[in-house]
Amino acid sequence: MRKRVPIRNHQAETALFGRRAIVSLVVVGAVFALLLSNLYKLQVTSFQEFQTRSNSNRIMVLPVPPNRGLIYDRNGILLADNTPVYSLEISPQEVQDLRPTLERLVALLELPEEAIEQFYQRLYQPRRFPQITFFDNLNETQVARFASLQHQYPGINIEGRLQRFYPHRDLFTHALGYVGRINQQDVARLREQERYAQYAATRTIGKQGIERYYEGMLHGQVGYQTVEVNNRGRVVRTLEFNPPTPGSDIHLEIDVGLQEVARHQLRNRRGAIVVLDSQTGGVLALYSNPGYDPNLFVGGISTGEYRELLNNPANPLINRATQGRYPPASTIKPHLGILGLHEGEITAESRIWDPGWYKLEGVERRFRDWRPHGHGWVTINEAIAESCNTYFYDLSHKLGIDKISSFMGEMGFGKRTGIDIHEESTALMPDRGWKRARFNEPWYQGETLSVGIGQSFWTVTPLQLATSTNIIATEGRRFTPRLLRGTEHQGTFTLVEPIEDLPIELSNPQHWQTIKKSMTRTITHIRGTARTAFLNSTYTSAGKTGTAQVVALSDETDERPDVEDVAERFRDNATYIGFAPAENPEIVVALAIENVGGGGRNAAPVSRAIMDYYFADEQTKREILATIRSEREHADN
Amino acid sequence: MQTTEERQRNPWLAKLHLDGPLMLGLIALCAVSLVVIYSAGGQDIGLVQRQAIRMGVSFVVLFVVAQLAPDIFRTYAFPLYVIGVLMLVAVMFFGVTGKGAQRWLDIGVTRIQPSEIMKLAVPMMVAWYCSKVPLPIRFTSVFMGLLIVLLPTLLIARQPDLGTSVLVASSGIFVLFLAGISWRLILAGGVTAAASLPLFWFFLLRDYQRQRILTFLNPETDPLGSGYHIIQSKIAIGSGGVEGKGWLQGTQSQLEFLPERHTDFIFSVFSEEFGFVGVIALLALYGFIIFRGMLISMRAQSNFKRLLGGSITLTFFIYVLVNIGMVSGILPVVGVPLPLISYGGTSMVTMMAGFGILMGIATHRRLVMSQSS
Repeated sequence: MRKRVPIRNHQAETALFGRRAIVSLVVVGAVFALLLSNLYKLQVTSFQEFQTRSNSNRIMVLPVPPNRGLIYDRNGILLADNTPVYSLEISPQEVQDLRPTLERLVALLELPEEAIEQFYQRLYQPRRFPQITFFDNLNETQVARFASLQHQYPGINIEGRLQRFYPHRDLFTHALGYVGRINQQDVARLREQERYAQYAATRTIGKQGIERYYEGMLHGQVGYQTVEVNNRGRVVRTLEFNPPTPGSDIHLEIDVGLQEVARHQLRNRRGAIVVLDSQTGGVLALYSNPGYDPNLFVGGISTGEYRELLNNPANPLINRATQGRYPPASTIKPHLGILGLHEGEITAESRIWDPGWYKLEGVERRFRDWRPHGHGWVTINEAIAESCNTYFYDLSHKLGIDKISSFMGEMGFGKRTGIDIHEESTALMPDRGWKRARFNEPWYQGETLSVGIGQSFWTVTPLQLATSTNIIATEGRRFTPRLLRGTEHQGTFTLVEPIEDLPIELSNPQHWQTIKKSMTRTITHIRGTARTAFLNSTYTSAGKTGTAQVVALSDETDERPDVEDVAERFRDNATYIGFAPAENPEIVVALAIENVGGGGRNAAPVSRAIMDYYFADEQTKREILATIRSEREHADN
Repeated sequence: MQTTEERQRNPWLAKLHLDGPLMLGLIALCAVSLVVIYSAGGQDIGLVQRQAIRMGVSFVVLFVVAQLAPDIFRTYAFPLYVIGVLMLVAVMFFGVTGKGAQRWLDIGVTRIQPSEIMKLAVPMMVAWYCSKVPLPIRFTSVFMGLLIVLLPTLLIARQPDLGTSVLVASSGIFVLFLAGISWRLILAGGVTAAASLPLFWFFLLRDYQRQRILTFLNPETDPLGSGYHIIQSKIAIGSGGVEGKGWLQGTQSQLEFLPERHTDFIFSVFSEEFGFVGVIALLALYGFIIFRGMLISMRAQSNFKRLLGGSITLTFFIYVLVNIGMVSGILPVVGVPLPLISYGGTSMVTMMAGFGILMGIATHRRLVMSQSS
């Protein structure tokens, strides 16, 4: 039995298949042509575009920070170093459970709990890098412990870099300043100066002192590294490296030893000491007490620590040497003497009778000398050596405030000295215009008398005292005080030239000698106010003590209250200016110590110690420093 | 009387039931595959070895299938199809889920993927059905054929495995096309499909699917999300230029910007490293294999063989089209490997089995008088 099938035309069916197969092949060909034309468009027509995009995928240009220039003292002792530190860096967007992760890290690495809160503060602040530092200064154990578990912490890694370190800690804080994290204001300033590109990889910037003033020199030029990265941004290899240019090293005029002596002398007392090289204006020592450890600021100071510094009644953040405003008291008597001689109001021989007070015509009040029964007959010699007030009441009355304030302006009072740190106050040299603007009052004659003994409104910084004293020491030369001694860039050392203003010309240059001689008498005269302090010194020196009343205690009585009876903050400030050797000055010292009492007893011995150290031979210097250091260690323990 | 072709045929190859030119094309593709996988897989020689072993297995399958006379497939087309559909239904209920899709059936010893079986079972079934009716097929037969195709296609699509369902559907439709659906019907079908697109868009597609299509149309709108793969792939291809960056030198692939480098996106790696020149050569190789497959089918001695052979060949072409279209950004992303080049075994075994059938068609010939006079 055969099933009935329709008659099939096999030939026609084969031909049909053949036609359809050929149509298929044509379609296949057409589609291949379409695919190829699209690929041609990608690979040939748009090649440039895709090549660029491929390169921008894989090539990244990474800035490389330059090494910051080092800072040395005049003898090549390192004051600011760069030390390698390891910090834990976190990319917040790559970490899933941020807080639990941080808590685990704290437990793992035994970090302080506060680190977490500090991290969250930084997290919400504007920042310059995608990564945020969680903890600075990991020790080697912590680095090793984390490294072995790194894979458990995606988005967190350890970064090594160089960080500023100040090995002498609080010894140089006010002169050196410090570097700190670059903040938004710094960014704005750098942008304005068009130097922001230089800081693309830099984390810190000079905030104070030398670090800030010479930022441009210390920072150096940023380098660039062209690297190939994979899809996770990890660097696969370096294609090109333009190394950064390190910043210049800086050598300061400062002498570590002198600075240590200054610190030792001030110890627990508030005050400041400035020592200048008489012949250049170089700052040999600039110390303000109390100080603080600048290293606190480098990695970012904690709020608590900062508040502690800020609220400390002793104001450690103030640079007393350049920002402290002290009544100069008797230390400006030599300056007034110069003006008196120059104006012809006095001569080297002219004398007055001092009964112990001075009286202005038509004024009821008596202006008292510190010595109740007066100094008797005094010339400028005794007036300076014994610090006679009456002589200077008389002289300032004859000169008048206008001449005084204009001449003292020439001597640098009421102006910035131009020292190479930005933290400087002008202090105040009062005159009629100032009085009118400030109090809307005329200038009273009695105020001139107060100015004559360095009281009243007149304030000075210890640095101004030093520079003005140096004008006397150098007989009119006016150097701008300067911390910078020289720079060293890639092995080439360059000394900087002293900066000098036009000298002060007197009617007779002999007047300088007169005043310098009288300042020598402060030390040599039997009643010289600094005689005891400088007894048996191996060098000659000249000086002037000052005792500034902090509060006018008893205008109407003869007695000065006993120092011990007065609350500390009402005690007198002790000041001193001096230079040595007397004939051919090498150094100038100026200092102020707060609330300790008389200058002869409290300030002059400090100057003596500093000058002793300066003129000592190397062996003795070493011994002095050894003694100081061992005393400090005992004090610490 | 023998055709010219048969006279020239190498007697050794004929005895082994292998087709020389097709074999040469496949071996060439496999060689290219190993070279590119070495580069795309981050120069992991282990990866190359594993793929080489899979190739060996696939060639054994090809060889075994080639020994079978193609008529066997005609005999078993219906049962195979029914078993396949049942297995797909079983997958729906008891399937093993992996990579977000329910594709596998655990039969104790191993896991099998019924949708792979359907890649061959569907064209066999449709070819069997069409071989029973006179050609060109009539409207009713077309309707029946479409039903045969649609059932497994939908079952696979809902796993979801869009790539395989596209391949299964096209393998069946190719049979119908080669069986001579009238052009008018094709035109009508095309118009209906186009007209129903908006319906699809608004009523059938889910949000994420619409999003996928939007991303495909304009990948740059979402460069780090779903558009990322296509953008990186186009960058890889485009930056290859005319001559390519050189073997192992493709930065897009070596630095891992490309996704799925040694599997679905291997063409991008190839294009990046070998450039437009390499692309032309590769497409020529594919073109040669397709041409050879169609030639074998045209010379086949029965409608079943012709239709099955043609469908296998054109489905192979669909692989190439969908994969290259996808990685070069002119088709949406569907998981279809670049045939015989992409790393992976399952689809390669099926494909080689298909080529085994083609070789069987070429070599198992009854000696009959040539029908052409």
